[in-house]
Amino acid sequence: MQPPQPDSPSADPTAQALVDDSFVPVRAKLIEVAAFLDRVERHGVDDDFRCQALNKAAQVLLDGEPERARRILESLSDPTTEPDEVSTGKPAVGAWQDPASQ
Amino acid sequence: MRYIEPHGHMVSRTTNDYQAMVTAGCAAVCEPAFWAGFDRGSADGFRDYYRQLTEYEPARAAKFKLPHYCWLCLNPKEAEDLSLAADVLAMIPEFIDRPNVLGIGEIGLNRNTRNEMKVLEQHIEIAVKYDQLILVHTPHLEDKLKGTKLIVDLLKSHSEVKPERVIIDHVEEHTIQHVLDQGFWAGITLYPDSKSSPPRAVDMLEICGRERIWLNSACDWGISDPLAVPKTAIEMRQRGYDPEFIDQILFQNPVRFLSQCPNFSVPVT
Ligand SMILES: [Zn+2]
Repeated sequence: MQPPQPDSPSADPTAQALVDDSFVPVRAKLIEVAAFLDRVERHGVDDDFRCQALNKAAQVLLDGEPERARRILESLSDPTTEPDEVSTGKPAVGAWQDPASQ
Repeated sequence: MRYIEPHGHMVSRTTNDYQAMVTAGCAAVCEPAFWAGFDRGSADGFRDYYRQLTEYEPARAAKFKLPHYCWLCLNPKEAEDLSLAADVLAMIPEFIDRPNVLGIGEIGLNRNTRNEMKVLEQHIEIAVKYDQLILVHTPHLEDKLKGTKLIVDLLKSHSEVKPERVIIDHVEEHTIQHVLDQGFWAGITLYPDSKSSPPRAVDMLEICGRERIWLNSACDWGISDPLAVPKTAIEMRQRGYDPEFIDQILFQNPVRFLSQCPNFSVPVT
């Protein structure tokens, strides 16, 4: 079988299996996101820049446009283009914070 | 099913993992030099590590008749100290002629700093001087997009570097097309929480095509799965891909890239 081309979605019956096999696990992940946002709000840490970045990234799910995964990754990325002069010595944390806002 | 694990940090794995990989159809394993979970205190620590990669691990794998190859470098996470980097880079030529060495890697960036860029540049110069393949590590999480662009720009600024002899690893949906468009190979890493899952990896193959892409587990000292590559074959089967497609991605593609190194022998399967 050939892989489906990007601009011609597969008409193969196995396509239905994508939904049959994955819906429940993916549903669980979406509920985890919701529960996480509820939890950080309940504990008063929802103003953390990472929680706010997650909220903003989640908006991508609602706009009805394609390439959601790419756009969510971009939304969480450092948008600057020059190398940093010095290392913070800390690991990456998953969301970018503008140094001016720290 | 046969497959190649083109990026596994076997120094961090147990012998049981070698056994499980061979049982699952692994025909060769390739081990880039990396950060071992703590910063080494001296250049001598790297000498011991390079001996482990070129002597001990091949012998451990050979007990299972599994060919073991490696890549040499100072990983980007330890590249911030320029004097240590100079000492370690000066040592690499001592090991470069060892029979299981595939090239220079995994070089790249960690936090996208100027010092990391300098050491990356020095590694590229070594690779050019000794006519070596290059394996690139791209940064984690929010640093990946910027780091990948910086790395691609730096590699493209070296006219002697042939893109088809460079694999840029740990691509995700926001970096894969840029890497492929510039003529490089792209590695998709199957790693929990960060990097890619099996379904997302197969999505990227569907969107970006099957050429110049390999899959790897990057299994290391963190929570990771040395069988992530063969498990992704299950995802391909569930989507209806035939054995020839799976063999191309999991075996033939890595063979095509790695065969550019004379030290690499196509595994007998
Ligand atoms: Zn690695």
